[in-house]
Amino acid sequence: MITPGLRGYVLEPPVGDHKSSSKSTSKSSSKSTSKSTRKQSATDLLPAALAALAQSFTVAAERGAPGSGARRRAWLDTFDWRLYRAGLVLELEQASRGARLLLSQADGTPRAEQPVTGWPPRRPAQDLPAGPVRDQIMALISPRALLPVVSAVSTVSVTRLLNADGKTVARLTAERATVTAAGTAAELPLRLSVAEVRGYLVQARKAAALLAAVPGASPDGQSVFIAALTALGRHPASYTNNVDAKITAELPGSVAVARLLLRLLDTLELNVDGVLHDIDTEFLHDFRVAVRRTRSAIKLLGEVLPAADANRYAGEFKWLGDLTTPTRDLDVHLLGFAATSGHLLAATPADLEPFRAFLVRRRAREFRRLATALRSPRFAAITDDWRKALLAVRDAGASKKRRQPTAAELAARTTARAFRRIAAQGGAITPDSPPESLHDLRKRCKELRYLLEFFAPLHDPVAYRKVVGDLKQLQDCLGDFQDSQVQREEIGALADAMLAEALSGGPGVAAATLLAMGEVAARLTVSQAEARADFARRFARFAGPAARPRISTLLAKPGPPAKAEQPAEPAPPAEPGPKNS
Amino acid sequence: MKIYATYNIKGGVGKTTAAVNLAYLSAADGQRTLLWDLDPQGAASFLFRIKPRVKGGGKALIRGTKTLEGAIKGTDFDNLDLLPADFTYRNMDLLLGTSERKQTRKIGQLLRPLAAEYDNVFLDCPPSISLVSENVMHAADVLLVPLIPTTLSVRTLDQLTDFVAGFDGDRPEVRAFFSMVDRRKKLHQEITKDLLAERSGVTAAAIPALSLIERMSVERAPVNAFAPRSQAARAFRALWSEVLSTQ
Repeated sequence: MITPGLRGYVLEPPVGDHKSSSKSTSKSSSKSTSKSTRKQSATDLLPAALAALAQSFTVAAERGAPGSGARRRAWLDTFDWRLYRAGLVLELEQASRGARLLLSQADGTPRAEQPVTGWPPRRPAQDLPAGPVRDQIMALISPRALLPVVSAVSTVSVTRLLNADGKTVARLTAERATVTAAGTAAELPLRLSVAEVRGYLVQARKAAALLAAVPGASPDGQSVFIAALTALGRHPASYTNNVDAKITAELPGSVAVARLLLRLLDTLELNVDGVLHDIDTEFLHDFRVAVRRTRSAIKLLGEVLPAADANRYAGEFKWLGDLTTPTRDLDVHLLGFAATSGHLLAATPADLEPFRAFLVRRRAREFRRLATALRSPRFAAITDDWRKALLAVRDAGASKKRRQPTAAELAARTTARAFRRIAAQGGAITPDSPPESLHDLRKRCKELRYLLEFFAPLHDPVAYRKVVGDLKQLQDCLGDFQDSQVQREEIGALADAMLAEALSGGPGVAAATLLAMGEVAARLTVSQAEARADFARRFARFAGPAARPRISTLLAKPGPPAKAEQPAEPAPPAEPGPKNS
Repeated sequence: MKIYATYNIKGGVGKTTAAVNLAYLSAADGQRTLLWDLDPQGAASFLFRIKPRVKGGGKALIRGTKTLEGAIKGTDFDNLDLLPADFTYRNMDLLLGTSERKQTRKIGQLLRPLAAEYDNVFLDCPPSISLVSENVMHAADVLLVPLIPTTLSVRTLDQLTDFVAGFDGDRPEVRAFFSMVDRRKKLHQEITKDLLAERSGVTAAAIPALSLIERMSVERAPVNAFAPRSQAARAFRALWSEVLSTQ
């Protein structure tokens, strides 16, 4: 039996000679470059290693050895690198006998594997066939799809190292890999590893020592996956939908806001392709979060931007928000469908199936409308012009005639104001207040949350974590309250639409389905009442007397804590709240 | 973990060639396989080019001062390991007990920790009837008994079957197969035919007497590895299939 690789080395030509190169595959000439590069590695370096080993062993090529020959692999992860962040590596290996998924820890320790013949990546996690790998990653990645991060085509050769009796005492595996990602290819250095044959450790160590002495050999400190990312200049975990613009306290307010908005625009644009290809629902979610944050930033911080830009883009981003709402609402219904079915008491999940089919049809229709809009000249103009406008503000810097606030001053003023509004509005809510007052408070809380996130680098980290934690719990409570109401109303509207569709010659709707939908609506009413009952406690925790010192600390650093502790502003008139995030 | 033992009181009847080739075929099927060369002559170890030497000798293994696991060597073939012979195995009977206190299940106990690591274990036994062979019979799930088609061989099989039938508790299944069969000899033909008709537990697959099997000692590899399309290789494959089909 062969144990896994005992010693790994990468073999590169000594300094001054060839180095691994990165090149574009889009040009036809690149193939010949690739071939000549590979030739150099193969013909010059492997024989040097074999010659070194021949000092102590007889070397014999082993044809048809397990794992030898051509090897095609791809490493998969979600768009937001959930597996990488969790210390996991997922490899899709394509072989003539079929494909299989291999899950391992970052250090190479295997976790699980399963065959996945015929399964294409780029589909949401739910479509992954049942098996041990799915069992281990489903909760982590759902509802995201797995996408190829890097692909590799390798040639692997195995050489047996024989002792004087002609017995195989170790094996040398040599792998030459060309890796590609996003149209860029690179050749990795020749990778060599010595595998011990059981009971012959001394000989394997001897072989490793001989390899280590070959000019150009260095210990192989990286997996092929990480080496491939490095060679291709890809940074793992590079995507996040967090607002992490580089903001400092003394930065002119306009520059800070432009940086924030550019960062949000980057996030938005990074998600467009995934939305258009409908890879998974989270592309649209992140797209919408970027839109909402942008709208909030324009509303709350737009005073430092040219007024014409602020006015135009407030309208354009509202258009984008409204455009994406129907599809997202249907996504939310569909994502929670299994849980909804599971809660039925009187009806059965089968009764709800026609409702699910209806949601799927409707979602397909709404998605087409959304995709058309995202391919429109209007959308292209928004992103292009908005970027130009923001770059102009950022590059203009502080050279304006009138004095403008620093980032710290802007943060202090706007955050304190947002706190005051929440304290006033929330404090005025009684058990008899209409639902709209809670919906409106939810919007104010979202705005505050965004402001805190925009200026996070300027805040005291301990106070920030605590305040944001409490705010998040209050938001969850308000979100449950509003989402339950909105979904209940939507179920009523969808039931009407299903009946209308049936009357106009579409698929009929059974009474059992409508009754099951009624049961779902009733459960949403219960959820809403539970959230309502929890509100006072959540609000007191966030904005009550015990929380005020934390808020003061938070506001003290970027600006004067001043009036945050004394809510003064009257609650503005209530307005309908936004739907699902 | 299934334990197969090739056993016959007589020497030179094809025990080692059967153990080596069947273990090879088991490994080639993807089963994690171990072959323990219990014969101090070390023929199986020689065929795999492995030195017939165990650190501490048979004494260390039987007394437990060294584990079997630590003495195992990888062969040149995937999934196939070998526990080598050692010349001290000739004294294994003495180590296994005295006339007052015999240990008849020690080899089975020693193998137990390997259950998670191997699917199939083959024991290649020295010819004799001794405490070692009694241990092997208690440890084995299947006793594979090579028979040269002679009247005396048939008598030996009867003795062995009776002996095993007297065991308390678990008894190994006795599977005999004809070995070194010479189709030109009338006696071989007759005995083969009669015994197959008269007795159960004898496989239809037989191993012919072929010079290619003798060549194993020159090639130092299983016949199925160096001549996989040969008549000899086909015979071992047929035997292995038949053994598996009755499990």
